[in-house]
Amino acid sequence: MENEANNRRRSIWAVLWDNDFLFPVVVVLASFVLGALLMLISGVNPLIAYRALFDASFGSSNSISETMVKACPLLLCGLGTIVAFRCKFWNIGAEGQIYAGGIMAALVGALPLHLPGLVHIPLMILAGAVGGALFAFIPTFLKVKLKINEVITTIMFNYIAIHLVGYLVHGPMKGKGFLPMSEKLPPECCLPRLIPATRFHLGIVIALVTAGVVYFLIWKTVLGYRIRTVGENLTAARLGGINPVSVVIWAGLISGGLAGIAGMVEVGGIQTRLVEGFSPGYGYLAVAVGLVGQLKPLGVVLAAILFGALLSGSNAMQSAVGVPFTIIYVIEGFMIMAISARFMKRRLK
Amino acid sequence: MNEYFTMIFFTGFLSGLVRIGTPILIVALGELISQRSGVINLGVEGIMLAGSFSGFYICYLCNDPWLGVIAAIITGGVLGFIMALLSVRFRANQIVAGIGIWIFCQGLVGFAFRRAFGIITLPPTVVGMTDLPIPLLSRIPLIGEAFFSQSVLVYFSWVMVPVVYLFLKYTSWGLKLRSVGEDPAVAEAAGVNYMLVRHLAVIFGGAMAGLGGAFLALNVLRFFTDDMIVGLGFMAVAVVFFSRWRPVWVLLGAFIFAAASALQFRLQAMNFPLNYHILLMFPYIATVLVLVLFVRGEEEPGALGTAYEKER
Amino acid sequence: MDPDHHNLKPDPDLRDSPEVSYAGSTEPPQVLMRGIVKRFPGVLANDQVDLEIKRGEIHALLGENGAGKSTLMNILYGVYQPDAGEIFLNGELVSIHTPKDAIELKIGMIHQNFMQITNFTVAENVLLSMKNRHEPFLDIAGATARINRIAESLGFSIDPGAKVSLLSIGDRQRVEIIKALYQQAEILILDEPTSVLTPQGTRDLFRLLDDLIRRGLSVVFITHKLEEIMSVADRVTVLRLGKKVATLNRAETDTRELARLMVGREVLYDIKKEETRLEGEVLRVEDLQVLNRKKLVAVDGVSFSVRRGEIVGIAGVIGNGQSELNAALCGLQPVRGGRVIMNGEDLTNAQPREILKWGVGFIPEDQNDGLLMNQEIWENLILNGHGQPPFADRFGRILFKNAFAYSRELVERYSIKVRSIHSLPRELSGGHRQRLILARELSRNPKLLVAAHPTRGLDVGAEEYIQQQLELGKEQGMGILLISTKLEETMRLSDRIVVMYKGRVMDILDRDEATVEKIGLLMAGVKQ
Repeated sequence: MENEANNRRRSIWAVLWDNDFLFPVVVVLASFVLGALLMLISGVNPLIAYRALFDASFGSSNSISETMVKACPLLLCGLGTIVAFRCKFWNIGAEGQIYAGGIMAALVGALPLHLPGLVHIPLMILAGAVGGALFAFIPTFLKVKLKINEVITTIMFNYIAIHLVGYLVHGPMKGKGFLPMSEKLPPECCLPRLIPATRFHLGIVIALVTAGVVYFLIWKTVLGYRIRTVGENLTAARLGGINPVSVVIWAGLISGGLAGIAGMVEVGGIQTRLVEGFSPGYGYLAVAVGLVGQLKPLGVVLAAILFGALLSGSNAMQSAVGVPFTIIYVIEGFMIMAISARFMKRRLK
Repeated sequence: MNEYFTMIFFTGFLSGLVRIGTPILIVALGELISQRSGVINLGVEGIMLAGSFSGFYICYLCNDPWLGVIAAIITGGVLGFIMALLSVRFRANQIVAGIGIWIFCQGLVGFAFRRAFGIITLPPTVVGMTDLPIPLLSRIPLIGEAFFSQSVLVYFSWVMVPVVYLFLKYTSWGLKLRSVGEDPAVAEAAGVNYMLVRHLAVIFGGAMAGLGGAFLALNVLRFFTDDMIVGLGFMAVAVVFFSRWRPVWVLLGAFIFAAASALQFRLQAMNFPLNYHILLMFPYIATVLVLVLFVRGEEEPGALGTAYEKER
Repeated sequence: MDPDHHNLKPDPDLRDSPEVSYAGSTEPPQVLMRGIVKRFPGVLANDQVDLEIKRGEIHALLGENGAGKSTLMNILYGVYQPDAGEIFLNGELVSIHTPKDAIELKIGMIHQNFMQITNFTVAENVLLSMKNRHEPFLDIAGATARINRIAESLGFSIDPGAKVSLLSIGDRQRVEIIKALYQQAEILILDEPTSVLTPQGTRDLFRLLDDLIRRGLSVVFITHKLEEIMSVADRVTVLRLGKKVATLNRAETDTRELARLMVGREVLYDIKKEETRLEGEVLRVEDLQVLNRKKLVAVDGVSFSVRRGEIVGIAGVIGNGQSELNAALCGLQPVRGGRVIMNGEDLTNAQPREILKWGVGFIPEDQNDGLLMNQEIWENLILNGHGQPPFADRFGRILFKNAFAYSRELVERYSIKVRSIHSLPRELSGGHRQRLILARELSRNPKLLVAAHPTRGLDVGAEEYIQQQLELGKEQGMGILLISTKLEETMRLSDRIVVMYKGRVMDILDRDEATVEKIGLLMAGVKQ
């Protein structure tokens, strides 16, 4: 039983640790140290490198907007990770779901509907969500009905999606030029830029709003209660009257849909067309974003900004000091490994 | 004309089958040992990449593929050790830890590759391994060249299948390994050192993954790019599920999966009228289909995926 | 010298001697544990405990659940390390860090949950803890021969090549004994061995123990059953709340004294039985057939009914189909044949959520299946009704005010000792966790309550409380199906008793005609 001391004022550190804030911060710092070590080994001054990184991500209003541009799909996919992981559905397929969403958004965007942007864009968002959700459906279904490991199936589907895009842009959806990409989307179908002279687009706002929606979903609704309960204890959930099959399917569809929206945002906001490889691994990075964010929307927002900064600044780091941009995967992978160590014991509040 | 065509297709196909099947087999055997001890290691995809890079690079520097193989095994073993630390010592969620290792390796290899070779237009190549034809057998028409005129590592992988089988079923170490995978509490009570056994098993799995990657770089492709391992590691994990954790079935499974890939290459080479991109999807679709048709959720080692907490 | 036949000559006089004194005895005790202290987070399991085992005796270790008996023996067997205290074997100080050390010191332990790997064969289980002399290959043939020899010398037969999962509980226990003898144990510790046996099986076991004593072993016997001590032990050590209370000769004491020492007060086994009006059926099971995980028939054509206002108890040794019956009634396991009718509705093969809708409550066999350890108390308490008003509105939003109010009320009504409704179940003791589950289920006023092992692992106080609540529920018109391995509990509470053996109903006895002997025979498969 708790003793009296615990009921009184506890140190600020203890509170932060308990609320799962301190641990991720420690992990992030440690991974930067690791990155620094790698740089030292290859003869690069980490301080210069990190300075270049910081300048490129936060140094000017343009850099900040670039960071947010990269953070946007990370945030959306990270939110999807929250929904899936919270019911122990290990959806590693966000990468493929992004592409699926992008495909659907591009298709709908290219339709000659002659609708104002105000109507056409939400339709594209919907299409993106549907695309991502459908793409997530098969692995989800296989898991709940046939108990097939979803990690392998979702990863396989990622490769399928990448090649599907390749097929489409070289073939049926190919535009008029020689390059393998779809036609440029008409301007009313592209997400408007909100800050002039930057690429800061509407999608970022949409993503932040979605974070709030996900928070509400997980903690304030019946479905969210069910998702958390199924993830906590499957048998107890069943005995309590929850149908885990429908809960996991919902979770899978929602998480796929969120990634699909990320795909729409990239295709409609940044690329303005469907093109191969438009995702530099957002889906996989989102796993780290979700975990570093402790599967909570606020944490995921912060983590997405962090990773967005890493992504947008890494090219600058490469040109400034010759550090290959792949170092961010080292940092990201390390974060996932470190977080996984505590993942089992902590209570997912 | 048709017979000639069939012959070329067939021998080419079989050769490709062995070339792709061997790394899958090697990695899958290692993963089998790891899973039999209760640890599912999804990081093998990344460890394969790390092994292929270290093997390739050492060979490139020293012009000796076997030094490369040794480097790859060591690299894989070290990464396996990291996975063991995470999943056994720190009782991490094995799935998440494995994904972390995969991404970590991608970054590390990409980093090392670019630091080593700088910015280049064409991927670097090596001469790599030479084949060792088995005297009489390699003359058998149709299959001789494909099966018996291969590198030593290929023969090694075949020998490992019965070795692993005998190890698991008939040796005391195999018994201890299996006990840790079935029920760590009972194993501990019987005096088995659960931590040590799981560590060794996962290190072995990592070493084999590194070896498989090296084979791919030094024997099959003979060049290096950092996106060479396109899902082969995950396919190896799928093979282990497919095999119901039995060594002989791992052999069968590895070749079934390899067939899908090999078929795809062959069809491409023949300008088969199916779109190139669709063909590329083959191995992945095949993996999912195989899992659907053959794999259910039972029969796994009792303690697979769980970590054991001992009250002191 | 055959290692399986010990050459020690036991002293025939010692066993019935009324005097036990060490003064004048030149031989040091075979086992001496002195001043053992063991702490676990939040509880002092062993508090300066001394224990002495003499060679050739059957020594019982008596205490309630949580008294520290298993902990003490696990320390002797090397599973735990004591925080203080010493262990002497035959006068020599020893340190036992792992079970392997204990095995080398010729100590063998048979745990309550057999330490066996179910997917292995008997021989593989035995070989697991042995040093392998023919490295690296296993000597399966040699082990097989030796196992057969040991079994034969003890008067039974076991197939060393059989997979453990296919053996009966009694056989699995015998495998444990064979394992200990194979390892040449001289001290055998048994942890609640009779909890899985019928009365006849218990008699067989005691005969076996006598046999082992004659061969020169010493036996330590952990139990909370007083009659067993009186029938087989030489001496008894009583533990209570981690402390040693007394060591007595069996011949100098009786069950009342032992009960008093064990519990610390007079135990009133007395529940008022009120006459209740029996109304309609709440549960009817017809010819139920359920398969277990290995696809073998576990429930083989079971039929019985439960009416409002009565408690029907299912008696039987573990492993005779009760778990599968429970799982089928809860909707967790599919039914192969037959029907389950609850409150008039055919709910055969229904999912748990369906069954809940028809006014049924569950107390799960495993407490962990009924609790959300990492979610707050209030989230646990509204589990069954979370999707409907008053806890949720029609848009699917949770109405926190109602949920919190409801939870506070339940916590108070059932006196659940918890800091706040926002605490986690893991902060509760076992007994209060069970109260949580009970509160959740009973407050919904189910017409039928399926209670599986509701007092398992609880101390006497918690046990009493739960039993009283069940009685109360029955008085208020609830129909209760009680599945329990505690025969006294079943007999005390039930109006009718269904005895199961090998998946079948042997007989259904009314309260007045049920005696321990009758039930015991039925539990062992002997039809009247």
